[in-house]
Amino acid sequence: MIKVQGLTKRYARTVAVDNISFEVEKGQIVGFLGPNGAGKTTTMRVLTCFLPPTAGTATVAGFDVLENPHEVKKRIGYLPETPPLYPEMEVSEYLTFVGRLKGISSADVDRRVGEVTERCAVGDVRNKLIGKLSKGYRQRVGLAQAIIHNPDVLILDEPTSGLDPKQIIETRELIKHLSGDHTIILSTHILSEVEHSCQRVVIINQGKLVATDSVENLTNRLRGAEAVALEIASSNGPLDPAVVQQQLEQVSGVSRVLPREAKDGRLAFEVESLQGRHVRADLARAVVHAGWNLNELRAVGLSLEEIFLQLTDVGQASTGGLQAPSSDPAPKEP
Amino acid sequence: MKNTWIICRKELKSYFASPIAYLLMAFFALIFGFGFYTATRDFVRFGFMAQMQGRNMPMNVNEQVIRPLLGFASTVALFLIPMITMRLFAEEKKTGTIELLMTSPVYDWEIILGKWLGALLLYLCVLAMSGINIAMLFAFGKPDWKPILIGYLGLILQGGTLLAIGAFISTTTKNQIIAGGVTFFVCLLLWLLSWFTAFDSTGYASVVNYLSIVTHFEGFAKGVLDSKDVIFYLSMIFFSLFMTSRSMESLRWRA
Repeated sequence: MIKVQGLTKRYARTVAVDNISFEVEKGQIVGFLGPNGAGKTTTMRVLTCFLPPTAGTATVAGFDVLENPHEVKKRIGYLPETPPLYPEMEVSEYLTFVGRLKGISSADVDRRVGEVTERCAVGDVRNKLIGKLSKGYRQRVGLAQAIIHNPDVLILDEPTSGLDPKQIIETRELIKHLSGDHTIILSTHILSEVEHSCQRVVIINQGKLVATDSVENLTNRLRGAEAVALEIASSNGPLDPAVVQQQLEQVSGVSRVLPREAKDGRLAFEVESLQGRHVRADLARAVVHAGWNLNELRAVGLSLEEIFLQLTDVGQASTGGLQAPSSDPAPKEP
Repeated sequence: MKNTWIICRKELKSYFASPIAYLLMAFFALIFGFGFYTATRDFVRFGFMAQMQGRNMPMNVNEQVIRPLLGFASTVALFLIPMITMRLFAEEKKTGTIELLMTSPVYDWEIILGKWLGALLLYLCVLAMSGINIAMLFAFGKPDWKPILIGYLGLILQGGTLLAIGAFISTTTKNQIIAGGVTFFVCLLLWLLSWFTAFDSTGYASVVNYLSIVTHFEGFAKGVLDSKDVIFYLSMIFFSLFMTSRSMESLRWRA
């Protein structure tokens, strides 16, 4: 349904998107994962024919974005990061306008507006001015305008940003519902959202493709590398950090023990385990057996940055700026 | 074409949903009314004076009231038009709705034409405020209606041109105030240029005079429908709208 090959978008001095390629099959939900400024929005803007690519190709439903933008636009529903709303219009008036703009005939448009109003649960505010709506309602009206003409492809840029937890769940359900008939690309920087809604994931960082995989594979990779934060206090006399570290390293399943900053004479460590191994129970036992006090034992989720580091196998912190990681973008097995 | 009408209607609704349309119409009604009062009063005074002095001056309502009034209206329009065009594109750029327009299956020229037509229709509504004053003339005198019609045609063409220029300027910035300000200065410049070169016949002056939007209006004010003036205005409209479309296209490369 969507084919992107070697897509590059360059502005005067920056490279926003650098040689990205991926494919999306019909009916799939694909998540676009990446930190802010990674190039997700730019890629989406190229797909929706708002920006022309500097190099490479992008096709939607067989139509090229440069050669046949009109056909592409007919088949895409787009919800940008800030929903494109006119504050002086009423909700139903706005949806009618967008519906007509997208090519729905005047005979059908009222019916369609009614349908999407119900689907997106904005019926209560259909006669309210958009300028007076809360963020949650605005987001839903934005979603309504994206689906009103029943497009083959939906491109949603951070659809749950700014919503409260209940609304986030409702929106996710709605998106899941839509997935069978529509092909959906969903961009976000929240990993859990990708987990819940998407079947596949495309990870972008600093304009480059970092990984593209099914969600299952991705979470398997990440689960295994879960870290555990440990805080140990002494029950009788000061502790030697080196000794403690050694003891912890000997717990089966532990791959690495890193000392961390601690307060008031306590010792803190971050313990990384091998893939697929859960070491918390063993660690707790080891600490207690050695006669120390176990102050704190908790799982530390990997930050998005650490995930990238994991996946690209680069042993450095993010440098920011335009320097791209030197490793090749293909996913490596840890 | 139908997309053009959809956008045109949306623009009009937006104008009338905000105070701007009513403000402009009221303002113009007031100013034109005042100008009308002055012109008619002077005309009547002049008539009395001529009577008292025993001279029989040929008194022509058309020439002495309507023509200067039309010229006056065109000058007032110069100052109102920036207020109409400033929000055409600048606001859409600022709120991000331009992205909605440019990713919908609508051609760029449909968007531009639709917006320009919306602005033009608002301008017509503003001009219509002068109608009641002109109607008074017909009630109490016998002016010739043909030159009046031609005069209004001239006003519409001149307005259309300035609206197109204003639309172009509106695409260059996100800030409505800047768009309005620059349009105002451009209109002012055009007005002043025609003023300064009105009686000059040196080389550059004639060129400026020929290109001047204001100068071409004079024929219409006199009631003369000269095709070269019509063509001039239509070409200027086309050129300005073309520049607007280039400017819109360039948004895709800058974003």
